[in-house]
Amino acid sequence: MPKVDNRQEILSVKIGAEAGQGVKSAGLMLAKLAIRSGYHIYSQIEYPSLIKGGHNVIQVNISKNEVTAPRKVNDILIALNQDTINKHITEFSKDSGLIFDSEVKVDTSKVPSNVALIGLPLSKISRETGNSALLINTVALGAVTAVLGGNIVILNELIAEEFGSKGEEIVKVNVSAAEQGFKHITENYKKYLRAFLSPSDSVSNFVPYMAVDGNESVALGAISAGLQFAAIYPMSPISNILAVLAENQEKFGYIYKQPEDEISAINMSIGASYAGARAMTATSGGGFSLMTEGYGLAGMTETPLVIVEGMRPGPATGLPTWSDQGDLQMILNAHQGDFPRIILAAGDAKEAFELTMQAFNLADKYQTPVVLIIDKNICENAQSFPLYDLAGYKVDRGKFSTNRVENYKRYELNPEGISQRTVPGAGNFFVANSDEHDEEGYSTEDAEIRSKMMEKRMNKLKICKEQDMQKPQMFGPENADVTIVSWGSNKGTILQALKELDNVNYVHISWLSPFPSETLSEMLSKSKYILNVECNYTGQMAKLIRENTQIKIDENFLKYDGRQIYPEEIIDAVNKIRSKK
Amino acid sequence: MTKMSDLQTLHFPNWCPGCGDLNIWGAFKNAAVKEGWDSSNTSIVAGIGCHGHIVNFVKLNSFEGLHGRALPVASGVKMVNNRLNTFVFTGDGDCFGEGGNHFIHTCRRNHDLTILIHDNALYSLTTGQTSPLTAHGFKTKSTPQGNPDEPFNPLTLAIISGATFVARAYSGDMPKLAELIIEANKHKGLAVIDILQPCVTFNKVCTHGFYQENTYYLEENYDPSDKNKALERASEFGDKKIPLGIFYKTNRPSYEDQILQIKEKPLTEIPVERSSAIELFKKYT
Repeated sequence: MPKVDNRQEILSVKIGAEAGQGVKSAGLMLAKLAIRSGYHIYSQIEYPSLIKGGHNVIQVNISKNEVTAPRKVNDILIALNQDTINKHITEFSKDSGLIFDSEVKVDTSKVPSNVALIGLPLSKISRETGNSALLINTVALGAVTAVLGGNIVILNELIAEEFGSKGEEIVKVNVSAAEQGFKHITENYKKYLRAFLSPSDSVSNFVPYMAVDGNESVALGAISAGLQFAAIYPMSPISNILAVLAENQEKFGYIYKQPEDEISAINMSIGASYAGARAMTATSGGGFSLMTEGYGLAGMTETPLVIVEGMRPGPATGLPTWSDQGDLQMILNAHQGDFPRIILAAGDAKEAFELTMQAFNLADKYQTPVVLIIDKNICENAQSFPLYDLAGYKVDRGKFSTNRVENYKRYELNPEGISQRTVPGAGNFFVANSDEHDEEGYSTEDAEIRSKMMEKRMNKLKICKEQDMQKPQMFGPENADVTIVSWGSNKGTILQALKELDNVNYVHISWLSPFPSETLSEMLSKSKYILNVECNYTGQMAKLIRENTQIKIDENFLKYDGRQIYPEEIIDAVNKIRSKK
Repeated sequence: MTKMSDLQTLHFPNWCPGCGDLNIWGAFKNAAVKEGWDSSNTSIVAGIGCHGHIVNFVKLNSFEGLHGRALPVASGVKMVNNRLNTFVFTGDGDCFGEGGNHFIHTCRRNHDLTILIHDNALYSLTTGQTSPLTAHGFKTKSTPQGNPDEPFNPLTLAIISGATFVARAYSGDMPKLAELIIEANKHKGLAVIDILQPCVTFNKVCTHGFYQENTYYLEENYDPSDKNKALERASEFGDKKIPLGIFYKTNRPSYEDQILQIKEKPLTEIPVERSSAIELFKKYT
């Protein structure tokens, strides 16, 4: 059973149960127990699109070092039902354990013999403690805390925080359930106890990391950047952005509005932004399809807007609760005609936080929509980071005024390329016009004005490229024989794989429009082999790279089954390239 | 104070001579002068159709959006700046075809907006196709055998959807229309005015003469607070039996009245600053 000592880099605990049994909250509590003990975590949640029944799992990866990806194997499997054992029977690591309910009839006959069977009467303890099936989770948490050598006091604190709002009695019952689970293991399974999760030596003065996912990070980034208005229609996997925004709106003074559909979401946000508010919306691919019309409206009227697109596998309803990167070419090209589309993509929750804040400044500065692309893995998988830092961030509203401006022209053609923006109510007349328009905003079909206005709008991308665009990030050695190029949530997986690969580096792309063609060409020209990694069928990033750099990438690892890429798959792909040559 | 000349733009209306849009334009400007609406206190949001051209002919801050989408834009404006008089100009095709879903939900939410529907029961900018308000059997370019669809009633739809001020006007009676626009703007909550207007080019039946002949104003003692009565009277339509006036008026908190964040002042009067969300971050530790 888990020879989980401090030499092992990552310890992976998977909890599985039916939907509705609270797997996610149990996993997050375990994650918090780990970060409060001084550890890093990466948690991965997988579930079907339903509320009750079906199979839900969360894998919590715990390490002294940064951990950025899920693992194919589990060191401890907590099975709250038979289904969990059956479905994950091939995922046990060499020295692993199975925690299960010994009170119900459980078939462990197919579990490999090297796996330690740690049965305890989960349902009996929860029945006797609080007469609630929901307590099973808490008993199991107490049990796994004991196995990992964790501190039950920290777990009890977490329980008090989690259930505090539900009343003292609920807290008391949960604490008791956790303690009994803990005690049962300590007394009956002495030989399996390990001191893996012993609180950090410097407990007295360390600031714990945050365990935060991409949805939460986008919401926190928006709030930090001074968000004033958000209209977001619920959709997996971004719904939790709106949950965090709705909850905190009164405290931070912005408005969150649930609209009737995504068309309304983007148009409401455009209205709020035209009126002067910092505004955003968020959706997934299907919702973005509906927003396509409004996307170009923001571009034509030069209205700042932040749009967050959390990708899931399409087309149509696709796989609603899984991940994919198939929306890239849609977002690059959505809407009729040409307008300046600024498009960013985050690689993890922290980048999502930082790019959200930056997106608001870019939208204001360039008076055009800015799309931030994330994917389901970023949206819902939590990772540990040092407390987010705001010190470097300054709100930049660009050429914006709420005062009277003499001889005001909303769409003035000036040498700087960006016109002064004001708001209705400031006393400056203008028309924000979806028709082609002149400098005041009046509709016009004049050929010369049309050409000048098109050039003025499109020129923003040039200015943005010079002044704001960031280069791709290079990880690993500067010179390597294999360069992996990718984007989005593959970042974490690739970084995890790099730890076990020699002579391989990684180029992470986060600016998609404008595109860093020159730097990327240079980065990619140095290595012998280029491996493009993407979660879509057609290699949409490879197309974008070829379009902008003329570099044709021959080696592609493409995955489109909705599942996250594991570091092992990257290592295999690299080895395959090397063995071919 | 707003003078008529303040509202004048460099562009003269390009609507067909005799079009009802000209009357609505005139009545709105008369109301604006009377009430002192200007770019410091008022904003217009328009959709796409003949009506939408109005943004070029009234010198007031405007947003001309997409076909059918004026209402969500206007709702966004009003939520963040509830001090602005916000008028939505829309047409029957714009508001009830492409924008039907937004109309129902805007009524339901009771946003503090005034919606002026240029109702000519046709798509005229696209040269005369049937609209959701075109009469059954009516021949248009898209229904050469006569319209097989039943039109729906915009007034009863507004009332049952939750609008709190529902009226019908005839574009030709400019003084009455101006009064109605002023009253609608004063109403706290969603005000809908369905403005009957002839399309002089594509509709040879519902002409100015037709409306002058067949419309009448609701009686002076008519009580607009009675919802059932309002539904009944709003359903009247026929020869010499098209009522005009305020069918329904009730007091219910507007959407904006219920939002605590804008109780003291509009969001747009608060400068955007970096929020110190550190305490919020700590919840994740």
